[in-house]
Amino acid sequence: MNRQIVKLFGLIVVLFGVLIGFTSYWSVFDAQALKEKTANKRPLFEQQRIERGRILAADGTVIARSVPKGRGDNLRYVRRYPEGPLYGHPIGYSFVRQGDSEFEQFHNDELVGNESELTSLLDELGGGRQEGDDVVTNLDPAAQRVALDDLEAAGFGAVVAIEPQSGRVRVLASNPSYDPNLVPERLSELNTDSTSPLLDRATQGQYPPGSTFKVVTAAAGLDSGTIDPGTTIDAPGTIDAQGRPLSNDFTQSFGPIPLDTALTLSVNTWFAQLGQRVGEETMFEYMDRFGLGSTPPIDLPSDQVYRSGLFEVGELLGSGDPVDPARLAIGQERLAVTPLQMAMVTAAIANGGRLMKPQIWSRVVDPDGRVAKRLDPSEYSEPVGEETAAELSAAMQGVVSAGTGTNAAIPGVAVAGKTGTAETPFNETCGGGSDENQAWFIGFAPADDPQIAVAATVECTTQFGGDVAAPIFRDVVETILNGG
Amino acid sequence: MRSARNRELAALVPVALLLTAGFAAVFAAESTRLGDLSLVYGAYFLAVCLAAHIYLRIRLPDADPYLFPLVALLTAFGLVMIYRIDADLARDQANWFVLGLALFALTIHFLRGYDVLERYRYTIAAAGLLLLLAPRLPGIGQQVNGAYLGVKVGPLAFQPAEFAKICIVVFLASYLREHREVLIVGARRVLGVTLPPLKHLGPLLVVWGASMFMLVFIRDLGSSLMFFAAFLALLYVATGRFSFVVIGMAMFLLGAWFFASTVPHVHDRIEVWLDPYAHPASSGYQVLQSIFAQADGGLFGKGFGQALITIPGTDAALLPAAQTDTIYSLIVNEVGLSGACAVVLIYLLIAARGFKIALLADDGFSKLLATGLTAVFAIQAFVIIGGVTRVIPLTGVTLPFISYGGSSIVANFVLLALLLLISDRARREAADSSPRRRALAPGEA
Repeated sequence: MNRQIVKLFGLIVVLFGVLIGFTSYWSVFDAQALKEKTANKRPLFEQQRIERGRILAADGTVIARSVPKGRGDNLRYVRRYPEGPLYGHPIGYSFVRQGDSEFEQFHNDELVGNESELTSLLDELGGGRQEGDDVVTNLDPAAQRVALDDLEAAGFGAVVAIEPQSGRVRVLASNPSYDPNLVPERLSELNTDSTSPLLDRATQGQYPPGSTFKVVTAAAGLDSGTIDPGTTIDAPGTIDAQGRPLSNDFTQSFGPIPLDTALTLSVNTWFAQLGQRVGEETMFEYMDRFGLGSTPPIDLPSDQVYRSGLFEVGELLGSGDPVDPARLAIGQERLAVTPLQMAMVTAAIANGGRLMKPQIWSRVVDPDGRVAKRLDPSEYSEPVGEETAAELSAAMQGVVSAGTGTNAAIPGVAVAGKTGTAETPFNETCGGGSDENQAWFIGFAPADDPQIAVAATVECTTQFGGDVAAPIFRDVVETILNGG
Repeated sequence: MRSARNRELAALVPVALLLTAGFAAVFAAESTRLGDLSLVYGAYFLAVCLAAHIYLRIRLPDADPYLFPLVALLTAFGLVMIYRIDADLARDQANWFVLGLALFALTIHFLRGYDVLERYRYTIAAAGLLLLLAPRLPGIGQQVNGAYLGVKVGPLAFQPAEFAKICIVVFLASYLREHREVLIVGARRVLGVTLPPLKHLGPLLVVWGASMFMLVFIRDLGSSLMFFAAFLALLYVATGRFSFVVIGMAMFLLGAWFFASTVPHVHDRIEVWLDPYAHPASSGYQVLQSIFAQADGGLFGKGFGQALITIPGTDAALLPAAQTDTIYSLIVNEVGLSGACAVVLIYLLIAARGFKIALLADDGFSKLLATGLTAVFAIQAFVIIGGVTRVIPLTGVTLPFISYGGSSIVANFVLLALLLLISDRARREAADSSPRRRALAPGEA
């Protein structure tokens, strides 16, 4: 029997080996995948035991903080948002059961103090608790407030303000907003709300850009050498574009005019012809350079920042696809852009043709008050040359001083801008009315030394960009310039 | 052979140190200040172990020196883990430990001539079956999670399967000792398969029937698996016929498959095992949380007292049955893969010592009894660890000497006593019969 006993022991050794194998698989090899399972709430509970760092506005205003609840084993932290709906976007929320979103989600590692494996192991051995770092943003509370108040008065929409030289995001407002404090009780309600308060319209609202897109067309025309500021194009009341007539407002005829006149008066037939001259290949190239077609490189989760460009049933079109360059040039065709993208276009022109990566965060401060990390502004692309940017800036100043954008004027400050009004009749989200517009204003100031570039848009309005969006732009810019 | 006991004593020292360090670690993690209570616990535990050791020194001077320290190590570890979950549970468990040691001493006292067990083998078998049946008896039976595992008589509640396993093993060892010859000689080859003689097949079919019965009426997949595996192990060792094992296994799987498709409770357990993510919040919750707890452990674990057992801010279980079924997952969580490997290694060392006793034993009954007791012990550890690591379906079997539970602790100490009794006789006989080999007596080398 002894031989069998030894064999039986051999079998037990094998069986226990299998146990070790499975334990290793769960605890080490498959551990990361298991931690990412939605059924696994452990990582969230663990994070709840960590005092998550605060999120602060540029001036130190507390946007989000964690408050302790319970004691001992039951000690946990719950997120509080003292400013309520003001920073619902872009800060988002972070709760154990409801998950997290936007800025809270993107900067999670810093906020919970996740460090390298070694440092955290040393911390554990030292008996230290994991502590989160504070993240200071570039957001300007006064300007954010003005933007949201103005939007609430004007309608649903969004405002994005970027510092052109650094890419710092000073305002990112979306109306309607929501109070993140209410998320634990009302998430499903907010999700099904027909006004979509959880949708960050600044980064996920895809709107027709209307005439603001003429800035991109002008940039392509100037930078590619197709025209120069003195080139005149005859602008009749109506032209033919791919077999269909394309007209100016009231089919007004302007005769031969140069760029600044055409931009100031927002002449459709002028820019449509410029688009035809530039051609769709070059148009696509410049759109790419401005970042259209790509997810904007902002510090928000990539699935919560939408791309801009030409869309055909949800699919992004690119060079080679059949498009009408004339209608593309005036912001029609199947263009859909986010307010963030238009702010990036504006900021690039304001910064001499160099587009900086837009960033909401400014610095990470550890619990001892030391700055652990600081934003190092970096360039994303160079869409156009400095000369083009300067020429475009001059033309855009005409829009505000003598054109469609006079409502954006600020006494004593040179403002460059462009209005846009895209007709969105019979749009379901607007209730299907016949004269609803997507109203826009993009611009920067001071034109000679740009401190801030802004895109403001209002959806489903019967007013024009120069009437409803330009005043929002003006208020936000004024607030930022006064505060700085 | 005093040296055996000296080695036992020496081996108990690290056990006491580990226990004290463990309590200290939990204490430090729980209350940030180190109380002297943990040291008291350690000293108390060591004193009880010392008493048991002195008793062994007197009664079984030649018994295996490593089994008791290994078991003490598991018990100490279990106490620390349970203390970490709930100090009250740990106090209960410590009481069970003392009671277990008392029964351990009584077993050694009354069963020195354990051959007497052979004489009462049918009585013992009947007692075993009655114990298994008890949870279904009206008035005393208790249903837990769809399985009938417990019995409650007045204030006394216990899990009869823990004791039944010893009865069944004693019966099988005795029965197979007597019938192994005929099972081997009378075997016939039918269609290339060696079958045991029909006449002697009866009692073996009874064991199979009992396992199936447990599956259906007790709905205890784990115990059923454990009993049948121990039976097959004994059958194999007794007859040396691997084909018997294959036939037995086929019959078990056939029966299990049949009942899995007809008995809802068994069916659910298997469904959950195959796809726990189908119902992550209900039927799949325990096994998923068990695995998630292990994923949190990593190589070295989060440290004593650091694991999450309840959902923070509530009393709802995050790791259900952490003190019993899923205690292994808690171990992986707190001391990591390395700590879990150490635990599995201790079980393996106990199995090695147990089989060593079987090898040394002279007579067939002792050999089979030692083999059976060791096998059922090792398989029990495999069934529950395998359950929480999804090697096999998760069932409600305790992790011997570590899980919280009086029945488990007490029954396993009786099992240990029997093993030491066999060991003491085998080693003394080995030493007496060949004095020249004394210095190199097997197990001492």
